[in-house]
Amino acid sequence: MDQQVKDLINNEIKSNEVCLFMKGTPDAPQCGFSMAISNMLKILEVKYKGVNVLADQSLREGIKEFSEWPTIPQLYIKNEFVGGCDIVKEMYENGELKKILEDKEIKFKK
Amino acid sequence: MAMDLKEIEALIKEALPDAQVEIQDLAGDGNHYSATVTSSKFSGKSKIEQHKMVYNSLKGKMGNELHALAIKTKE
Repeated sequence: MDQQVKDLINNEIKSNEVCLFMKGTPDAPQCGFSMAISNMLKILEVKYKGVNVLADQSLREGIKEFSEWPTIPQLYIKNEFVGGCDIVKEMYENGELKKILEDKEIKFKK
Repeated sequence: MAMDLKEIEALIKEALPDAQVEIQDLAGDGNHYSATVTSSKFSGKSKIEQHKMVYNSLKGKMGNELHALAIKTKE
């Protein structure tokens, strides 16, 4: 992976407490899976940065290598990879997502 | 750009021989599947590690030939 892409990813996940690498933007997701996580974060009123991987092909491939995860969306909370759509959805449903947000002291609607 | 259900099942079972695999073709287009994988190999591993084990069993097909595979893992 390009050092420039790696720096860009590191910068995004360090400067945004909650960072979602997604297809499209929070306002206009371009894929159902990206929309699903985006909606969960919106319902929880979590402030997050959506990074549109469709805007940059090297980022789209780079994030897969970076996280060693083959699919998008990918959710990072405080510099840590939390999961893709399936895992985040499961965590949303069983309450684990709220627990992580609480543990990491991220503001959300309880 | 499509994969057969049986092919997915075979790849997962090759990597996780004791796995019980249930696969559904969600849209009937050979491109959107969901898989529930139960294996003792998942024990003691995080969800991320468990899903990575399933992705790894698909040998790079995920995100390429295989567009969408929703995964659920159980110990």
